[in-house]
Amino acid sequence: MFRLEARSSTPAWFNLALPLLAIAVALVLCSGLIAVAGAGVIDAYGVMFSASLGDSYAITETLVRAAPMIFTGLAVAIAFRAKFWNIGAEGQLLAGAVASCAIGAIPMPGYLAMLLMALAGAAAGALVALVPATLRVKFKVDDVVSSLLLNSVIYYALMALIEGPWKDSFSGYPISPPIEDSANFPVLIEGTRLHLGVVVALIAAPLCWFLIARTTLGFRIRVTGENPEAARYGGINVQRVLLSTALLSGALAGLAGVGEVGGVHFQVMSDISPGYGYSGIVVAMLARLNPLGVVPAAIFLAAVMTGAEAMSRATGVPAFLSDVIQGTALLTMLVALLFTAYRIRRVGATA
Amino acid sequence: MSAVFEQIFQVGFLAAIIRIATPLAFATLGEMFSERAGVLNLGIEGIMLLSAMAGFTATSLSGSLWLGVLIAVLTGALMGAMHALFTVALGLSQHVCGIGVTLFSSGLAYFLYRLIFGQQSVPPSIKGFQPVPIPLLSDIPILGPAVFNQFTLVYLAIIAIPLAAFVLYRTPWGLSVRMVGENPRAADSAGVSVIATRFQAVILGGALMGLAGAFLTMAQFNAFTFGVVSGRGWVAIALVVFGRWDPWRSAGAALLFAFVDALQLRMQASGLGHIPYEAFLMLPFIFTIIAMAVMSRNAVAPSALLKPFRREER
Repeated sequence: MFRLEARSSTPAWFNLALPLLAIAVALVLCSGLIAVAGAGVIDAYGVMFSASLGDSYAITETLVRAAPMIFTGLAVAIAFRAKFWNIGAEGQLLAGAVASCAIGAIPMPGYLAMLLMALAGAAAGALVALVPATLRVKFKVDDVVSSLLLNSVIYYALMALIEGPWKDSFSGYPISPPIEDSANFPVLIEGTRLHLGVVVALIAAPLCWFLIARTTLGFRIRVTGENPEAARYGGINVQRVLLSTALLSGALAGLAGVGEVGGVHFQVMSDISPGYGYSGIVVAMLARLNPLGVVPAAIFLAAVMTGAEAMSRATGVPAFLSDVIQGTALLTMLVALLFTAYRIRRVGATA
Repeated sequence: MSAVFEQIFQVGFLAAIIRIATPLAFATLGEMFSERAGVLNLGIEGIMLLSAMAGFTATSLSGSLWLGVLIAVLTGALMGAMHALFTVALGLSQHVCGIGVTLFSSGLAYFLYRLIFGQQSVPPSIKGFQPVPIPLLSDIPILGPAVFNQFTLVYLAIIAIPLAAFVLYRTPWGLSVRMVGENPRAADSAGVSVIATRFQAVILGGALMGLAGAFLTMAQFNAFTFGVVSGRGWVAIALVVFGRWDPWRSAGAALLFAFVDALQLRMQASGLGHIPYEAFLMLPFIFTIIAMAVMSRNAVAPSALLKPFRREER
């Protein structure tokens, strides 16, 4: 006989083992779809791997893809730590993209432009995140639903801008005018797309870790999430913590949009984010809401995305496989987290 | 002002409201059943999309509309069962599981659709449901052609509302659903299986979400596109709150939303100035957020919503 037993603490190696287990199970489950599509599972995953992590150019492409998901992953991880259910990183990213693109189009010295783009993008994301947080604090509106609905609002607002007043008169397509060349983020390795924003994302992760683990605000965020009653009893203004968390989370998601405008697209279009905001939730959960874990988790998802496109070209398996893998990995990770709460123990069989 | 008034009471406008409200009514009732049993289902957006795809595909391959509806309903029920497996049986976070179910189902819908139909510049379409006028009733002025000259699925939605109220308030099973959503401990003591009842409610909810999806691809648009659901699932969750977890009020909320949506469609068509149509598409979502802010203060959610039930924990 086996039974589940509650567990009070988990060994540190779980932080690595559980996501790896979840990812492995997800890949095995999704291999069924590759087979249904009539391709060899080993071949398909092989192409995915070599096209995303197989050589140095592929690795830079994957890192470029990972950068926005590092930011949205951090945004979600910090929000979820406080149990502020920010599902709105997608909209906050778009708001950040629009704001930074508007600033980047103004002629000014390059580094000043980049700095202002980052500030404007972070501010725009933070403002958007403040809406569901305020609605929750003041009107008891469920933050999940309001942040989800807000994603649609922001998306249509962006579409209305680039179909209307902001439409690029030069190309005539529904895209914004490009930012100034001087505002384009510098490329770090000649011949690749690895831009300054990727490094900023990689630095942001340890900074967020420090903030959560070692500062007073981080402590307040954690206590508010783990036990709001205790937080209140301990003199923490829970509402204010939620609002600060929202500002921080939204700013991070906004920076994801800044990187896409300044380093990848140099303008705003309708498909500037293929769901990076939602992927941020997967990233944060795989990372067990630890900012340091966000980096490898984002790189994994980025590798799946870049790899899936190459796999699709090589084998004909639809690239949407990457979306299925993401969803599956989130679910398998949640199940794997059961091991942190319970252990399986043999009972009664010793006699 | 009188021009606006005239527009509102046009038959076409009323009919449009009913058509827009139908999938929302199914989805809202589905989410309501799930939440009354204590399970928030954020998988709704993806479940609607996957069901819409499955129903469309089944009809496209078999030529039978009702087979498509059946497949959509079964798909929804299956995904409901999956959500229940994670949230009810395993007791995992309803928020995150729901997002997981949505990401998984949407990804699967995109994947299978591309696999079956390939990449086509014009999406394949089917001959969807046609309006079926109800004798005598459809002759009533204004109301007749708007309400009683509709798709069969619309009539089904009109029947589903009182039926849902009856099931929830007047049957032993409905009582069990309400008990496990309000006080699972007491329900358990009274001999009601909390786990089984929650599973049933979430599966029934999923089936209704499947019907909503079927309506979109088989009556409203007669084709599947990646944006065919475009936030209707999230709206349904808000409408449940707005409708205070009651079938009648939820259906009323769906009608109200449909009114706003039909209005913005009219505004788009009237070509107000040179405003891009996307600006109007925002309006129903903004309206929903404001409506939630107004209603949420006195909204009382089922007490056990979001709380997993484990018998041994006291």
